Amino acid sequence: MNEETLTSHPFVSRSQADRLPRYTLAERINHWLSALTYMYLLVTGLGFWSPYLFWLTALVGGGPVARFWHPWVGLFFTVSVVVMYSHWRRDMHTNTADRAWRQEIGHYIRNEDEHLPAVGKFNFGQKLWFWLMVYGTILLLLSGIGLWLVDVIPWELRALRYAAILVHVAAALVTIGGFIIHVYMSTVLEEGSFSSMVEGTVSKPWARHHHRLWYEQVTGKTGAKQ
Amino acid sequence: MSQATLEIRRISGHAGPVPGARTQRQEYEVCKLVDTTTCIGCKACEVACLEWNGYPFSETSFNNSYQTMPEPAWNYWNLIKFNEYEREDGSLMLLMRKDQCMHCEDPGCLEACPSDGAIVQYTNGIVDFQQDRCIGCGYCITGCPFDIPKFNPASKTVFKCTLCADRVGQGLEPACIKACPTGCLHFGTKVEMKELAETRAQQLREHSDFPNAGVYDPPGVGGTHVLYVLHDATKPEIYGGLPADPHIPWAVKLWKGPLKWLGNVAMVGGLLGIAVHFLRYGRKRIADAQDEERSQV
Repeated sequence: MNEETLTSHPFVSRSQADRLPRYTLAERINHWLSALTYMYLLVTGLGFWSPYLFWLTALVGGGPVARFWHPWVGLFFTVSVVVMYSHWRRDMHTNTADRAWRQEIGHYIRNEDEHLPAVGKFNFGQKLWFWLMVYGTILLLLSGIGLWLVDVIPWELRALRYAAILVHVAAALVTIGGFIIHVYMSTVLEEGSFSSMVEGTVSKPWARHHHRLWYEQVTGKTGAKQ
Repeated sequence: MSQATLEIRRISGHAGPVPGARTQRQEYEVCKLVDTTTCIGCKACEVACLEWNGYPFSETSFNNSYQTMPEPAWNYWNLIKFNEYEREDGSLMLLMRKDQCMHCEDPGCLEACPSDGAIVQYTNGIVDFQQDRCIGCGYCITGCPFDIPKFNPASKTVFKCTLCADRVGQGLEPACIKACPTGCLHFGTKVEMKELAETRAQQLREHSDFPNAGVYDPPGVGGTHVLYVLHDATKPEIYGGLPADPHIPWAVKLWKGPLKWLGNVAMVGGLLGIAVHFLRYGRKRIADAQDEERSQV
């Protein structure tokens, strides 16, 4: 991204001149595609999960419509996760800095960020969320295909029917746990996080505060710690 | 056998109490009795089922057997399963069992179904699918321990034997019963049919060469509203794969029981957790930002 594109943004009035590019347009589009499809899957899936939430299916056209689209939207979601994997997998391997950060995660939870070791572009929590969604999506896809084609699974292989429902439910619950934390942190807890995924840029203080090693790397300032 | 017995006792995917529960004086539960020892495999019951329910005839397949097709279909609810069985003494038996929905007292299909009212159990014990409420998810296929519900790809809904709830509600016997020429099919109350079945099994034990003759009324699903008299009740599998001890699959029990509780507690707990976190710790502040920089955050 060159300086010229950073001076203006269609949705945001502030100048982008003094900000650091963090997410490319492709990364942002794909992220919101994931978010949209995941939320559709969440609403319809919760409708199938409990009679007390079945009314959620009415929001998206009723039970049969929700049942029809849920697996197809699941395929779109899978595609977006594959693209996300190709975007970020190189940045998501845990390293020494992450392990040091993980030891001090209590400080992070208590908002005592000044006691935290410096980390790179993504911290340990973000990497955990990334891998949780990658592996969770693999499980949801495989078990989801089993649920989709339940009527063609022969009786002799009925163990697959049973495995599909348990794996789909368990994997979905784990991703929901991560999703709750992810949405809370990126919209409420950390100012600047949500706008980073809209504008693609972050302020320099934000970068220095949350991802000091990445900040030093992209600005070239104080390359001391690496 | 009156309309009153079609009050709803149990209902699938339903939040809150059951609308028909305890509104009626309990009259009786209905039951179909299939005496496999007097079935001649004529398939009149298969034809009667199609005729009454008005579904198109399915393609048959020949597999060196008298059986019409390998398994029941969405529009073929009633199928006689044939098996040539060799006994220990070398003699052959041609076993015939009319396979259909067993109308379990504890129906696994109803337990698994997420759609409000798509599966109901009437006070007379009939388990009935309501296709207008069905969303076509196929959870009932997973829940059934007898592999009975069948998916119709055209309507995207699931079908199975209704035990002719429409006929029974008008005081008639099911179509298959009416068509049976040998009297191997009986219809009445569960108590009567159980008595009749036990009497017949005793007769087989005492007066025929079937010391293991008995009645199939599996307790694992709370008993069924279809009973079988079998020549050898110790080996139900030889009758076209009748399960020896059917239960609602443990995976379905786990999913609808502990896993549902755990999941609900975890999801509500997660929401409460972030709310408490926010109230206790608030937003993260960027401590070392200079004032003019912070305004850009």
